[in-house]
Amino acid sequence: MRALRLWRGLRARPVPPVRALRSAVPPRPGPQQQVTAEVLGQLEHLALVDFRDAEGVERLQKAIRFADQLREVNTDGVEPMDSVLEDRCLYLREDDVTEGNCTRELLKNAREKVEEYFVAPPGNIPLPKLEDQETFLQGS
Amino acid sequence: MHPQPHIPPADPVSLCPPEALQLRPHSSALKLSPAPWVPVVGLEIHAQISSNSKLFSGSQVQFAAPPNSLVSFFDASLPGTLPVLNRRCVEAAVMTGLALNCSINKKSLFDRKHYFYADLPAGYQITQQRVPIAVNGSLSYSLCIDNKMNQMVTKTVRIKQIQLEQDSGKSLHDDTRSQTLIDLNRAGRLGLFSCFFPFCMCCGEEAAAAVRELQLILQTLGSSQAVMAEGQLRVDANVSVHHPGEPYGVRTEVKNINSIRFLAKAVDYEIQRQIEELENGGTILNETRAFDSKLGCTVPMRDKEGKQDYRFMPEPNLPPLILYDAKSLPANMNHQQVVNIDWIHERLPDLPSVKRAKLVEQYGILPEHSFTLLNEDGLAEFFENVVKQTQMKPKKVIGWIINDLLSHLKQHSLTVKESPVSSFLLADLLNLLVKKDISSTAAKQVLAELWKGEGKTPLEIVKKKKLGLIQDQKELEQICQAVIDRQENEVMAIKSGNQKVLNKLIGLVQRETQGRSSAVVVRQILEKKLSE
Repeated sequence: MRALRLWRGLRARPVPPVRALRSAVPPRPGPQQQVTAEVLGQLEHLALVDFRDAEGVERLQKAIRFADQLREVNTDGVEPMDSVLEDRCLYLREDDVTEGNCTRELLKNAREKVEEYFVAPPGNIPLPKLEDQETFLQGS
Repeated sequence: MHPQPHIPPADPVSLCPPEALQLRPHSSALKLSPAPWVPVVGLEIHAQISSNSKLFSGSQVQFAAPPNSLVSFFDASLPGTLPVLNRRCVEAAVMTGLALNCSINKKSLFDRKHYFYADLPAGYQITQQRVPIAVNGSLSYSLCIDNKMNQMVTKTVRIKQIQLEQDSGKSLHDDTRSQTLIDLNRAGRLGLFSCFFPFCMCCGEEAAAAVRELQLILQTLGSSQAVMAEGQLRVDANVSVHHPGEPYGVRTEVKNINSIRFLAKAVDYEIQRQIEELENGGTILNETRAFDSKLGCTVPMRDKEGKQDYRFMPEPNLPPLILYDAKSLPANMNHQQVVNIDWIHERLPDLPSVKRAKLVEQYGILPEHSFTLLNEDGLAEFFENVVKQTQMKPKKVIGWIINDLLSHLKQHSLTVKESPVSSFLLADLLNLLVKKDISSTAAKQVLAELWKGEGKTPLEIVKKKKLGLIQDQKELEQICQAVIDRQENEVMAIKSGNQKVLNKLIGLVQRETQGRSSAVVVRQILEKKLSE
């Protein structure tokens, strides 16, 4: 996507012999948006990740700052890239039955099964609400 | 980060037909209560593509197979598996798009829609949210006004987009043991079209008629069998109400609708519920409700928390889907890899609306009859077969098909294919009627006898039950004379000018002859005698 455009832009300059794992563009000074506890809670809920403590949240902030560098690139009038495979042909398969019938193999992975069905809890188990969570987020 | 979808926002007010809006001038003097409510209905339809294998894997597609037997490693979302697009599903989507007057996007993209649920093992569904395969179509359907078959009005509804997407698995909820059983046969990545009708309909009846027409179209194209009972066609309705001239009201989504009849009921119930709620000073929540078919009402669905953020992202494993037409077809490409829109367009079968027009033109029947013919599977064919084998005019044959044959079929819950009376037998019977060998009352009796399926021909039944019309003129005249002699009062009334009483005399003659006389002939004889 935009990462590739950025990379191509950078490639125009001679490549330094050693590439340090630092951002090529210095971080922009200016107001940095703090990630609110509400947004963090939402992210944890949507992606089922656990930021756990201040270090985790700080890592997230750094990642956001790093990604924000994409905004440095002027993409006016440039069509966004959807996929690095955009010049490839999407292979179309003929409508033939070639797979399936491996019930036993699939069910080997399941911890619980009932008569060839996978067993799951009834509905999604809701995450504990923000107020009940005992994470560092409470204090921030 | 994502580009906006290439679909221009619709102007909502212009889509709803004017007669439903009941616009009133904005004069405070005319602001009487209660102000009319305008219901607005949108439909989201999922149709399972009719194909041998699934959308992204080579597993078989079959209804009611043993659980998890039609599941490949990709369907089970095991790591390291990748989706491979099924060509037949693409063709089916293009066919459907063309039949629904859509513009086909020559380049369409796949996206991931993320949410967690046990029947979605990957944690996301591959769909086409940004640039679907077809957009901006329309569907025309017809409604009877006030349930009168002879007053039909045609409406058109806009289709926002048609997209290919995966289906999820099936969950069976076992409340006693507090568990859910997951069968991945279905999700197994069966192709689905998702067809959105944005807010174009105003009541349950319209929604039902539109879906019925879509069902017929899909079945005619062969792109989907669209049988709601087998889960091949699923409909969710979005309902809101507002006053004309005001912005749209909050909408609710109604799910768990299992038949077209229930769709109409669910939509009408929800419209009514919202109107009552608002008139009592309440508010409508933007929620998802389930239709309870036993109680005939909608109830809030549990397990749906607030607003879902699906975190759409482009599907990294699938490059854009490119479709070609005659002009853009590259010369040296493998035919198997090419889907040619023009080629598919040429091979589209006659759509139901075209078939109906042809029936009306060819046979001179009424439009509403053509609807009935096409609504019953095989009835149009039956009708045409009878017409071919009989001398009776099609306009009269249609009456027998729709009034008599169809009512017999419905009474015994049979399909046309299961009819004990074949088109040949019916044609035979109608020939007797045309030749005036029997009266129409007698013909109905013969049909009922034929229905028993005992292998007799109409002629045999007529002979056995002595249902043939009395052909002997003298005999008829004698009976008429006898009636005239008996009914002195009526005769005097007729002679003094009251012609209507003649019908009573005809009736009496018919009774004497046990229905074996032609009313027309009897009338002639009576009139002649009475004028002497």
